[in-house]
Amino acid sequence: MGREFAADAATPPRWWWWMFILALAIVLVSMPHFTDDSLQLDLSITFVLALLALSMSFLWGYVGILSFGQTIFFGLGGYSYAILALNAGTTLWPFAAAIFLPMIFAAVLGYFIIYGRISDVYLSVISLVVTLIFEKSIRSTSGPEYVIGKVRLNGQNGIPGVPGLQLPWDSSMQLSIDGVFYLAGGTALLLYVCLRLLLLTSFGRIIVGIRENETRMELLGYDSRVYKLVAFVLAAGIAALSGALYAVWGNFVAPEMFNLNQAAQVVIWVIVGGRSTLIGPVVATGLVQYFSNWLGTVSIGQVTLVLGLVLLVFVLAFPRGLLPTIAMVLGKAVSRTGNGNPRS
Amino acid sequence: MDQVATTVYLVIYAIALLVLISLGLAVIFGMMRVINLAHGEFMMLGAYVCVLAGNAGAPLWVAATVSAVLVGAFGIVVERLIIRFLYGRIIDTLLATWGLSLFLVGGVTTVFGPQGRSLSTSFGNVSFGGLNLSAYNLLLIGVAASLAILTWALARFTRFGLIVRGTMQDPVVASALGVDRGLIYMATFGYGAALAGLAGAVLAPITGASPTMGLLFVAKAFITVIVGGHLPLLGTLAASGFFGAIDGVVSYRWSSVLGEVSVLVVAVILLRMLPSGITGRIRRGL
Repeated sequence: MGREFAADAATPPRWWWWMFILALAIVLVSMPHFTDDSLQLDLSITFVLALLALSMSFLWGYVGILSFGQTIFFGLGGYSYAILALNAGTTLWPFAAAIFLPMIFAAVLGYFIIYGRISDVYLSVISLVVTLIFEKSIRSTSGPEYVIGKVRLNGQNGIPGVPGLQLPWDSSMQLSIDGVFYLAGGTALLLYVCLRLLLLTSFGRIIVGIRENETRMELLGYDSRVYKLVAFVLAAGIAALSGALYAVWGNFVAPEMFNLNQAAQVVIWVIVGGRSTLIGPVVATGLVQYFSNWLGTVSIGQVTLVLGLVLLVFVLAFPRGLLPTIAMVLGKAVSRTGNGNPRS
Repeated sequence: MDQVATTVYLVIYAIALLVLISLGLAVIFGMMRVINLAHGEFMMLGAYVCVLAGNAGAPLWVAATVSAVLVGAFGIVVERLIIRFLYGRIIDTLLATWGLSLFLVGGVTTVFGPQGRSLSTSFGNVSFGGLNLSAYNLLLIGVAASLAILTWALARFTRFGLIVRGTMQDPVVASALGVDRGLIYMATFGYGAALAGLAGAVLAPITGASPTMGLLFVAKAFITVIVGGHLPLLGTLAASGFFGAIDGVVSYRWSSVLGEVSVLVVAVILLRMLPSGITGRIRRGL
């Protein structure tokens, strides 16, 4: 059963995986009829952040590149949408541009890091450094001279009053709470399915091959740099989409989007969920979000303290992540009873 | 003329600061290949120890020494509890030290509160060739230079340094020759941590001590050591010189944030042209 969710399953998913997706879709569609607005808002932001987790687990799980920089594109996506939408007074093409612009930036940054053939570890560190410097630069733009078009960047305080997404057929109407919920949930589900099916394409197999053995792929004639760069840009696009949706959801962008804590949370989602699956990080996003909200309410202490501890414990004790560890333990228990499937 | 002199002074000062904040990382990351994202937090701990000791009445040099010793000891504990299990799993060291860094930020915030603390010192100004220079900044330049020389001499001339270099080059052969590998790793990590603690301590009179101050340093330190390349000491010094010059000039002309951005941009472009760092072509050395 584990194979349907694994990040290296090159076989088409079986019927019950499609049933699983269908069930999720049905739950998603019917949810607004049973829940109140506040739960829907909470779930929407979880979906938005799950997209961010997907972008990272795609890059890390499929290609083996750990980029701390997904928050760069998350933040850039949010800021691009805010600035363009406030300037233009319309929201549809700014939303598209908010995905596209960070991808261009990712292509430039990725070119410099990936084409130098420096090791993947340096990519992690450099992406982290870029995040730090982005946050610092945005924070320093509080003065009135930092204006793009007619929007003040406002430094620390962020940009308030970002418009919600207008309906394509009626620009006087904005997306309702239900609409944002459907958009975020639908996109997350759709991208999950797309990324799973990507493994069936030759591109998907090549990037998994690069993760397993880059030298061998090069000797087979694939220029691994091209594939890594494309994957990096794709992941940036997903993160930017998540950032733009975040701005739509909260009507607000702030330098915290680039924050190191934000970056740490993404890593924690992926680690807790297990990077060898795509669904794990998505589930973990919900769990960790719920957990840190709960921590905030009971005020045991600093949330960063607990997050740091979680990260440490997982790296030292459960490096494969929660879901794969559970699957492994279950698999062992099943095979001990003598009727286990050795493949799972 | 004054303008030139001021610029030169600022550049030297910027270089000294870079050397100071990246030397500990050069030992831990450059020599041991352990990516220590908690480097900034080691400096933060050093600053806290120094500020607390200083405000309790200890003279600055005593406070700084205490910081170096305590943070060094803390580094040894960290190595035994966490890093020891992760040698060779470089991505995992990165994640674990990041967890450690968040944990330390959270812990210090819980204990001492989120607001910063400052340490007042009684250093005046020195007039030199028509320039009015802060005596403490001159002291910092001296500390940076002597720490760099000390580390170099330790690695180059002592038996301990020889064993450390040998162990880092080939741990298997080193332990076959009777070296206790674990002990050497532990001591080297502790030395790197002590350097970071000392750096945080001597910077404390300027920056104060606050839980998130590590973020100010960690970006610059990593850029410097990565661009330095595979010879940790020479590379770090060369990269410090190069980036210090850029940072000093840009910060002086425009703003310090812009200085940092320009250092980053130059570093990324440099890594494309020299993927193995400034010292990539040099075979021998430290």
